[in-house]
Parts: sequence; C-alpha cells; structure tokens
Amino acid sequence: MNLRTFLLGTCSAVALAGLAQAETLTIATVNNGDMIRMQKLTDDFTSKNPDIQLEWVTLEENVLRQRVTTDIATKGGQYDIMTIGTYEVPIWAKQGWLLPLDNLGADYDVDDLLPAIRSGLTIDGKLYAAPFYGESSMVMYRKDLFEKAGLTMPDAPTWDFIAEAARKITDKDNEIYGICLRGKAGWGENMAFLTATANAFGARWFDEKWTPQFDQPEWKNALDFYVKLMNDAGPPGASSNGFNENLSLFQTGKCGMWIDATVAASFVTNPKESTVADKVGFALAPDTGLGKRGNWLWAWNLAVPAGTQKADAAQKFIAWATGKDYLKLVAEKEGWANVPPGTRTSLYENPEYQKAAPFAKMTLDSINAADPKNPAVKPVPYVGVQFVAIPEFQGLGTAVGQQFSAALAGQMSVDQALASAQQLTTREMTKAGYIK
Amino acid sequence: MARNVSTRRKLVVTVVAWTVGILIFFPILWTFLTSFKTEAQAIASPPSLLFFDWTTENYHEVQSRSDYFKHFMNSVVVSFGSTLLGLVIAIPSAWAMAFAPTKRTKDVLMWMLSTKMMPPVGVLVPMYLMFRNTGLLDTRTGLVIVLTLINLPIIIWMLYTYFKEIPGEILEAARMDGASLSKEIIYVLTPMAIPGIASTLLLNIILAWNEAFWTLNLSAAKAAPLTAFIASYSSPEGLFYAKLSAASTMAIAPILILGWFSQKQLVRGLTFGAVK
Repeated sequence: MNLRTFLLGTCSAVALAGLAQAETLTIATVNNGDMIRMQKLTDDFTSKNPDIQLEWVTLEENVLRQRVTTDIATKGGQYDIMTIGTYEVPIWAKQGWLLPLDNLGADYDVDDLLPAIRSGLTIDGKLYAAPFYGESSMVMYRKDLFEKAGLTMPDAPTWDFIAEAARKITDKDNEIYGICLRGKAGWGENMAFLTATANAFGARWFDEKWTPQFDQPEWKNALDFYVKLMNDAGPPGASSNGFNENLSLFQTGKCGMWIDATVAASFVTNPKESTVADKVGFALAPDTGLGKRGNWLWAWNLAVPAGTQKADAAQKFIAWATGKDYLKLVAEKEGWANVPPGTRTSLYENPEYQKAAPFAKMTLDSINAADPKNPAVKPVPYVGVQFVAIPEFQGLGTAVGQQFSAALAGQMSVDQALASAQQLTTREMTKAGYIK
Repeated sequence: MARNVSTRRKLVVTVVAWTVGILIFFPILWTFLTSFKTEAQAIASPPSLLFFDWTTENYHEVQSRSDYFKHFMNSVVVSFGSTLLGLVIAIPSAWAMAFAPTKRTKDVLMWMLSTKMMPPVGVLVPMYLMFRNTGLLDTRTGLVIVLTLINLPIIIWMLYTYFKEIPGEILEAARMDGASLSKEIIYVLTPMAIPGIASTLLLNIILAWNEAFWTLNLSAAKAAPLTAFIASYSSPEGLFYAKLSAASTMAIAPILILGWFSQKQLVRGLTFGAVK
C-alpha cells in the first residue's frame, strides 16, 4: 500500500465518521404561523449545534394527529420530536409513549412556564412536553358598533350582557350580526366552545362515576341559551362555521362579537388582513356568576416519543425552541408582536411586549383563569377544560358535536339533541368500561 | 349509413358537453385563480372571479418554505416506479387470463378486484408494522411497493379487457413458428397491445400521483411526495387558502400537462371495450 492510498483511505474514514456524527432530527409539526416562523429561524440553532441537522414534516392538524398517533402507537420511530396538543400529552404520557423532559439544561427555567399550561403537561411531577405556544379563548368585539348602540363592554362580562348586546347590535338588513360562534361539528370545533361554555353554566360531561350528564338541567340551559342566541343574533348558516369561517366574517366587519381562541387577536388586529383592525376590543370569556368562565386552555407542545434513538439531541432542540432566548430571537428578527404567546411569565412582564401586543393582558388573564384539573363548577373525574382527556373523547366529542350542530341548524330540538347525546355517550362509555 | 343528425341536436349536444366540461373543470380553475390572490381576497365574500390584484406572492412563499423539487422527484419516482413494476407483473398475468383461461379465471378476477373494496385505513396498522419491521417506512422503495399492490388489480383488469380484443390465433401462429412463451409475450403480444398498455400506464401514473392515503401515512421527511407537500399548507387556524391553492397548482401542474399531451390514449384507454 503506498502513501497516497493510505492518505486517501484515512481521509474517507474521517469523512465517514464525521457524517455518522451529524445527527438528523425529524420534527413533525402543524401548519400555523408560529411554527412556520420557527422553521425559518432554525439557523440560530444549527449554528450553535453544528452536529445536529433538522428535517421538518409539516402537516395539517388532523392529518398530523393521525400520522403521529399511528407512529407512536406502533413505536415506528419516524419522528424524534412531535408537536402535540394539550389533549394528547396526559394520555400518551400514561401509555409510556413519551419520554420525560428531564434534561432541558440549567438555564431553561421551568418555573417561568405559566402554571396553568405547565400543570396540564405534568404527570406525576414530571414534565412530558414543553409548550411552544399557549392559548385560551376570549371575547373580541367591535368598539365602534358598541359605541353606536350605547353599550360599554366590561372587562369581565356575563353571558346575559353578551346576549343582550348581541341582540341590540344585530342589523340583519346590513349583514351585521351581533355574535359569531362556532357551530361546525367536531371535538375541536363546536365542542371546544360548547364544552368550555357549559362549564360556565355549571354543566359537566361526567359526574365522579363517569355517568354522562347531558340529561341534567345545566346542559339544557347552556344549549338552549346558545341556540336561541345564535338564531336571534348569529350569522346565517352558523352550523357550518368553524374558526376560519368566523375569522373571515369578523375580518370583513360582519360580526359584533366573536368568542374564540386568543390567537385570533393577532389576525383581527392585522391591518393587512382585517378591515376592522383598529376597531377591535377584548374582554374575558363570559360567565354566569357561578365562578367558572367559559374560556378554554390549549397549547401546542413539543414532546419526545419513546421510540427515538436521539433523545439528547431532541431535548436540546426543545430547550432552544421553548426557551427564553427564542422569544428574544423572534422579537429581534420579527418584532415583539410575533413572539409565540402564552407560555412564559417573563414575556408578560416585559414592557416591550405589553406595548406591542394590545391583547397581551387579556390573553394572560384568560389563560390564568382556566384550570384544567378543576374545569367545571361541580367535581369531575377528568382533566381538560374544553375536552375530556380520555382516548375515547375524539370520537365522542365529534358525535355529540353533530347532535348540537343539528340543533343549531334546526334539524332537531335542543331536547332531542341532548337526549341522543346522553344515549350515545352512555353507550360508548359502557362499551369502553368506564361505566360498570 | 350514418344517422342523420339535425343541426339543432348538434347544438344541444355541444352546449351540454361544454357545460359539463366547464362544471368539472371549474374547481381546478378556481384553485388556479385563488393561487394568485392575497389571503384576504381568497376568503372575501362575494368572491371576485377575475378582477383582483394578481400577485405571485403565494408562489414565492411556497418556494421559500418547502423544497418543491424534492417532493416532485419523490412523486415522479413513486408513480412511475409503481406503474412500471405493476406492468411487469400484470402483463403476464393478464396474458394468462385472456388466452389461457380456466373455469376459475372469472373468480380470480373478481377476487382481485375485491381487495379494492376494503377501506385502506382498515389495514393501516398491520401495514405500518410490516413496514417498520422491514425498514421500509419513509423510503421510496416502500411507497413503490405499496402503490404497486394497490393499483395492480386495476392494471390487470384494464390489460385483461384489452388483451381479450386481440385474436388468439395470432399468438397461436407465433407458437407454430416456434416462439417460446416469453418471446410470444414480448415480441408478439406486447407490440400489438402497445396502445392499451400506454393508456393503462398513463391512467395508473395519474392514480399513483394522486394517491394521498398511503403516501401520507407511510412517509415522513425523506420520501414524502407532493401529496405531503399539499397537506403542509392546510390549517384549521388562520388563513391559508391562497397558499394552499398555489401549492396545489404546483402539485397538479405536471400531471395535468402529461394528461393534456396524452389525451388521445387516455380516452381510448377509458372507453375500450365499451362498444362490445
């Protein structure tokens, strides 16, 4: 063997070793603004960690949910980091599908995470997912329409006031509707809103023995109220409206009020998209004086599936993406208004952020007002404000949502909708073994 | 003798054909137009058909966000690969069924078609486990195999129908002249069946190109074809119609162009056997 061959051989061996060392993390995520922004900013991470490369799989929420559930349930190991919702975290952690995040680094400051968000992601004292952004729901309203009608929106309105104001503002001849609410069937669509609202009316999905509660007067009050209000003051065809439909109605000036995710605030106040950008006010989600507000709690979180071989690198990335420095990085590059909201106390104490985001205080108050461990007025056996964190809920929620959507569309009465909701929930819960 | 067709009848038929054609094409046209709108215009109601500020911003955005070429190449490899592999298997089997039928041939044909009757999600988990154990998850080879299996019944059926129209005597003559079985298939049957094979090929490339269940579920980052590219632009929160339309237009453009050029073969492929 001559020297040249030897040198060549050594060089390629070194090159191969170098290749083997560079780890590639595959990250599954949803398609929304904050996540897309993160993908654009990852140069900051890879320059600090040259031995880690990132590969993104971006999918629509429902496709992503099916995709990652298949992978994690079969331990397929296709992803090293998954973006999952507050609903999945407790279920998957209990199944042993997620690795606890115990290696996020010394300066991660776990105590800075908002307590309401953090508690939903902690099981038996261990954090199983790190929040990337959090949201609650609140009232968005048109200040100009309120002024015209001689109304003043309190910071913490009641449902009675909301209903009265909605009816007063409605001017169907000019296509202005007092209130826009979700009506499209789905556990993450109308049932997110209605479950949270029912909490404010004193209703709950199940009692302590997992008996469905749709036959109780609280549910009837809540659903009756919702259907009547939407018939009087809602837009036509409301039973097929979800987040995006209502967003477009509100942005084109057709809604007096809209109660939905806090993340909508940045859309409706964006003058590029919204015709009413400078006329929007915010208030807490309404209550009925029973001590609970109809606001939900949701976060998109990063978690590490148990099947991965690259847990250390994955945690390094999560610490970067959900850490304090990331918020600063976004602020530097894209401005404070675009920082992912709802995860860290320090963000809300930052005067620059308060100045850039007029909805900051309302978002924080809404998140703090939600309590996923005690969501209803009466005690419940489950975790979750606008959902019930059991695997059966996706199917159940959607089936019940279809009944309620039909009631809104006038295809059945409120009593019929509740009766069939009670019947199908009892059947499914008995089959699943919750009701003995 | 040709039937006498009145002008009025011709007119009616023309109008009806155009109306149906435009109705069917309208969603694609709408997607195309939406891809040049801003997000706010895309959801505006009432929508404007042509009078809006045309912008190519969505295409820039899609270009900068995802690697179109990678997805495109994956789609090409997967759809062409699975169709060619399918043809290699299907030509001999269609030959057997067309020219050497037994009393069970009809049942076998029916049985093959029956595999298309089950909703694919029913076998998702077993398939996923098999792919995991063989290391085929997120590989182009894996997608080629699964799409071959899925489209094989259709390929065999199409070729079978076509082969049935070829007189068996010609093959017999070849055999008399001493052609072996493989030579008979390769040199005699295949050249005669080229139009049928071409239309089968085209139709199956289109089917494989558009297949969205298995390609989405069995791929992740490396092998993801254009279906995954489209799926990354839909969102339940926020405005996305314009960008989604741009991504969809980019994804269907190659196959649309291919279809355009091969219209003749396609129409023939879809209607053969219809006059029997």
